Amino acid sequence: MSNRAKLSLYVPEPNARPGEQPSFDHLEIPAAGAVRCPDIGAPEHELRDLPYTLIRVLDEQDAAVGPWNPKLSTDRMIKGLRAMMLTRAFDDRLFRAHRQGKTSFYMKSTGEEAIGAAQSLALDQGDMSFPTYRVLSWLMARDYPLTDLVNQIFNNAKDPLQGRQLPILYSARDYGFYSLSGNVGSRFGHAVGWAMASAYSEDDKIALAYIGEGTTAEGDFHEALTFASVYHAPVVLCVTNNQWAISSFAGIAGAEETTFAAKAIGYGIPGLRVDGNDFLAVWAATQWAAERARSNRGATLIELFTYRAEGHSTSDDPTKYRPADEASTWPLGDPVERLKRHLIATGVWDEEKHASLASELDIAVRAAVKEAEKIGTLGKSKPPIEQMFEDVFEEHDWRLVEQLREVRD
Amino acid sequence: MAAMNMIQSINSALDVMLARDPKVLIFGEDVGYFGGVFRATDKLQEKHGLKRCFDAPISEGGIIATAIGMGAYGLRPVPEIQFADYILPAFDQLVSEAARLRYRSGGEFWAPITVRSPYGGGIFGGQTHSQSPEAIFAHITGLKTVIPSNPYDAKGLLIASIECNDPVIFLEPKRLYNGPFDGRHDQEVKSWAGHEHAEVPEGHYTVPLGKAAVVREGEAATVLAYGTMVHVALAGIEDSGIDAELIDLRSIVPLDIDTIIESVKKTGRCVILHEASRYGGFGGELSALVQERCFYWLEAPVERVAGWDTPYPHAFEWDYFPGPKRLVNALNKVMQD
Repeated sequence: MSNRAKLSLYVPEPNARPGEQPSFDHLEIPAAGAVRCPDIGAPEHELRDLPYTLIRVLDEQDAAVGPWNPKLSTDRMIKGLRAMMLTRAFDDRLFRAHRQGKTSFYMKSTGEEAIGAAQSLALDQGDMSFPTYRVLSWLMARDYPLTDLVNQIFNNAKDPLQGRQLPILYSARDYGFYSLSGNVGSRFGHAVGWAMASAYSEDDKIALAYIGEGTTAEGDFHEALTFASVYHAPVVLCVTNNQWAISSFAGIAGAEETTFAAKAIGYGIPGLRVDGNDFLAVWAATQWAAERARSNRGATLIELFTYRAEGHSTSDDPTKYRPADEASTWPLGDPVERLKRHLIATGVWDEEKHASLASELDIAVRAAVKEAEKIGTLGKSKPPIEQMFEDVFEEHDWRLVEQLREVRD
Repeated sequence: MAAMNMIQSINSALDVMLARDPKVLIFGEDVGYFGGVFRATDKLQEKHGLKRCFDAPISEGGIIATAIGMGAYGLRPVPEIQFADYILPAFDQLVSEAARLRYRSGGEFWAPITVRSPYGGGIFGGQTHSQSPEAIFAHITGLKTVIPSNPYDAKGLLIASIECNDPVIFLEPKRLYNGPFDGRHDQEVKSWAGHEHAEVPEGHYTVPLGKAAVVREGEAATVLAYGTMVHVALAGIEDSGIDAELIDLRSIVPLDIDTIIESVKKTGRCVILHEASRYGGFGGELSALVQERCFYWLEAPVERVAGWDTPYPHAFEWDYFPGPKRLVNALNKVMQD
């Protein structure tokens, strides 16, 4: 050994574990309205402050303030609120259905509903999103039929994906919702390819992709950013930073050293860091990036700073790895509550209307579950056996013909 | 018709498809201005434009992910992976995405991509420019794997692959690019000039995927091969003096099982020849299929001749490479039983 100091390995740890007080002292949260909103034509090198701050519109008094205020109509905001509330009602009901043994698996998007809802409404029909499994609100905002979602979750005879996918790994082409997979990150580059194809075809459609903060460590993330940067792909690339990748805190993905939005700087594309629990801020940032993409200015990386308020899935218990009250004390609040309070503050909404909408949505979800249950829950009903062999290839080869015969015998 | 070597016929297939279908585009490492390290895309950028044939970052995973996204949009990308040895960073994209997209989306999305990649040895490329990874793709449900053995087939199979709505791995035996190498490495290098399958139509035609070619008819034994090994097999059969039937599989997925079965039932003997390592190689699947379907017609156990179960060794290229002599031994063995 030399006389040099001994090296020591650093392993990041979260501020608080179960039984400890949640601590958010490390978070720097600027006031709503404090961050500048540059022109969409601004060159990337003039935007390098944006990845290190936090774009917010809704302030502590529930007003929409500052240059990022998208000034949405009441109708649009209520549509967004409805999609978020429907997502929550659906998640609660279907999570319970899992506990009742009606399906094998479920994942909630609780706390993150503003993201899919705002982005789904901010983008156009014909644009394509490449979702993660936590943006159900995208489909809710576009009125995807509830019963079809439940049929998929129950893998029953009317499952639109013919019983081939784990519950909630939906695909909904007509709703601008690309096929989900359980392999995280592997579709991030597809969004870039899709966007490049749109540009190649001189189309006017753009793509929007999601990846979790934990998955930014995968090569897929960096490959996609490289291609998006090199070919100026018309794509909005979103990192949903919900602080937790199953039980690993964001520090394990590098959050202690920099922001996820700041990864954009190395690729020469704009990076925006946005309060993901602020429906209006998410909308505004998405619209900014979408306008940039539509005007041939290329890709933007948006970090949506949020909090995964529930477990990763039905298979984990978050109180085993983080303080039980971390979610309820999250300093950026709850996205549904914040938009609701804003609507009330502007005088277009009240508790009564809210309760009545919540009840209406709950009834709609119950009705959808009931209808799907009539067809059958998991194992009680399934698509015809030939569906196991369909769509492996466009046409069966002899193996599939023989094996279908064999499975029927 | 024009005389073409395999590089020229592949270039011609790409040229024809770029001209015929605006949805076809090519990208990969060094494929643009330079025309590819093996010249397969020579002059295609100049002729069809920058956007139809362009360079990609050194990122095989990124290349295939991008191609899948383009395919999902509705294009027919033909990405190149410079050497099949380098395809592994893209393996997740090929397995978890390209191969599964149609199935898992209930037919809503699919990836009509054709991944061209030079493969195989005999060029003193060492471990990282010589491997034959076809079996790992054949195992992946949802991928097609095509391997031509001559210029005519290469063009027709490549056009059929590009027009196919399923993802295709198109492996080009790089030792065959310039001539029909038969494994006699100590003899003068042959070019494609004058070869019957080096006469190639200049326009559009296809060779269907999943249809094997009977290269040589025979009564005594059946030899199954593809790629470079088709030519090695012809040499081995000639050297053995045995009247063997030689089948060029052309694609291993889809596989022309009927042609194989018909031949083995006729000859009662079967030798499988491939360049890839033997253990877990595609020969194992072929052997099982022949055994399952022809057991009562077999006069001898099925023999496999393949690369040894070692990495591809540079100095020992000709010890590793399954040349005609090893096929002669195997043919003699099945004839003795």
